[in-house]
Amino acid sequence: MATVEAVRPVIQTTAARGLWSDAFARLRKNRLAMVGLVLVIILLLLAIFGPIFAPYPYQAQDLKAVVANGNRPVHPGDAHHILGTDQIGRDLLSRLMDGARISMSVAIVVQVVVLLIGVPIGALAGWFGGRIDNFLMRFTDVMYAFPDLLFIILLSVAFRETPFGRAMDGLLVVFVAIGLTIWVTVARLVRGQLLALKETEFVEAARAIGVSDRKIVTKHLLPNGIGPVIVAVTLGIPAAILAESTLAYIGIGVKAPRASWGSLIADGQRLIRSDPHLVLFPGIFIAVALISFTFLGDGLRDALDPKLKGKQ
Amino acid sequence: MIKYIVGRLLWIIPVLFVVTILTFILMHSVPGGPWAREKALPPQTVARLNEKFGLNDPIYVQYIRWAGNLLQGNLGPSFKFADRTVNEIVSDGIGTTMQLGLMAFTLAVVLGIPLGIFAALGHNRWPDYLSTAISIIGVAVPSFVLALLLVLFFGVNLKWFPTGGWKGPETWVLPTIALAGFPIAVIARYTRASMLEVTRKDYIRTAQSKGLADQAVVSRHMIRNALIPVVTILGPTLAYLVTGSFIIETVFGIPGIGRYYVTSISQKDYGVLMAMTILYAFAVAFLNLVVDVLYAYIDPRIRYS
Repeated sequence: MATVEAVRPVIQTTAARGLWSDAFARLRKNRLAMVGLVLVIILLLLAIFGPIFAPYPYQAQDLKAVVANGNRPVHPGDAHHILGTDQIGRDLLSRLMDGARISMSVAIVVQVVVLLIGVPIGALAGWFGGRIDNFLMRFTDVMYAFPDLLFIILLSVAFRETPFGRAMDGLLVVFVAIGLTIWVTVARLVRGQLLALKETEFVEAARAIGVSDRKIVTKHLLPNGIGPVIVAVTLGIPAAILAESTLAYIGIGVKAPRASWGSLIADGQRLIRSDPHLVLFPGIFIAVALISFTFLGDGLRDALDPKLKGKQ
Repeated sequence: MIKYIVGRLLWIIPVLFVVTILTFILMHSVPGGPWAREKALPPQTVARLNEKFGLNDPIYVQYIRWAGNLLQGNLGPSFKFADRTVNEIVSDGIGTTMQLGLMAFTLAVVLGIPLGIFAALGHNRWPDYLSTAISIIGVAVPSFVLALLLVLFFGVNLKWFPTGGWKGPETWVLPTIALAGFPIAVIARYTRASMLEVTRKDYIRTAQSKGLADQAVVSRHMIRNALIPVVTILGPTLAYLVTGSFIIETVFGIPGIGRYYVTSISQKDYGVLMAMTILYAFAVAFLNLVVDVLYAYIDPRIRYS
């Protein structure tokens, strides 16, 4: 009895600092990651509740203000339009808030597509190996060689006139196309994780005592391999936001009168000499979105796998 | 090694085959043909044009014809620029695009690597913070925004550089910086991480304990070893420069081939689009091979089989 009493506290302290709580403690100590997390939460709130609090609807035109300003876009600092308006009197802040909605949906939808395709395929290849694995690896080689933007533009132009192409104001097809170009990274990652974990002793032990394949995957492989996937998904978000805004900038994707941050810049660049605010503010919003997810992703990587600190 | 290189080179062929077939099918499933104009052409004209360019044939016949021409070095006609062949369009622009990409690559390496080394040597002091700040800006500002900001500040306000065109060195400056911004940040981050990793290695402690001067340890042991993994990101960097160039070419109105990339899709200029696809796919695959071979050459521990 006495020995059991003595051992128990030791067991408890190790259990309290498991993989996840340990990682979370490290994350909380990372100042940049916390800044990123706060900014991500602000952006998400802006995307969800922005339209309710936006001073105007994103497509509303305040022509009076523009006429009063000598037919020029209203500049920032105006009493009614804090960040100014565009040439036809649409409130820039309201449009930026709607743009946050678009960028946050890119962040989520694209990663859902990536997870839905990448994780099962990567897992199949890693678990079964052999011919499936070979085929996957060859296929990812092809996808890597395919110029991303070409693929996305082709898909969105091809489906432009279909219901799928019109869904979500023309955004859904772009989201799916972006997802289709980046799922291979996650698939390769999951495959690599599984290959490595399959050979570990605890999996071998589980197999030796007759644990079913399904149980091994759900109890051992997924919890152990999920860290890098979370990191890859988080770091994939800024890449997706960047891709969407670049496409919107060259006129692919969101349909007017809705505007993403990229198309706001495309509209504003003609007036960059006289009204730089039309380019500067959307640019700042894009930068903040990219920075916040990058900080958070870097922080998660350092927290989940301290060995990898600063790499990738 | 030779066997490995030849194998990889041969592997590029099926990759290009699949990429071009996929593009060909997608391209032809886009509604509307290359003859769509704001003022519609008479149907007889469209029929004659379709006949002349063989667009009525089944798609596999068209693909085989295109591939056959390609093997003879003929990229076919442009459907948009009636007086020019795709070969002419490509040969007119490819030099400019390669020059822009090469200058941006050089700038990214020449600035990114020292920036990373500088940051690691001053770890957690001001050089580190300065370098980190620069790489954050590089990652956070998309190339087209960076391009517009450079135009605004150095072109419009300060009037140091022209805001567009491609006529002599002063017009090269802004596009090169705009294209190099992101790779500079990536290379600097990676170099910094690699340097910090090397600092903890036993052979560095050995070098220090045998009394080697700090400078010699840094230059002979740390930098040399730290740069090996950096080579691996040069492949993705080159791929980025290849596809990034067409945004920059559009913003600055540079007469390279990149700016045709987007317009050829919206105008359904099949010939130009296929040429762009195969050029970009080949460039990405080939540059990745070069980087992998370079990696083995630099690091004798790596052997490909």
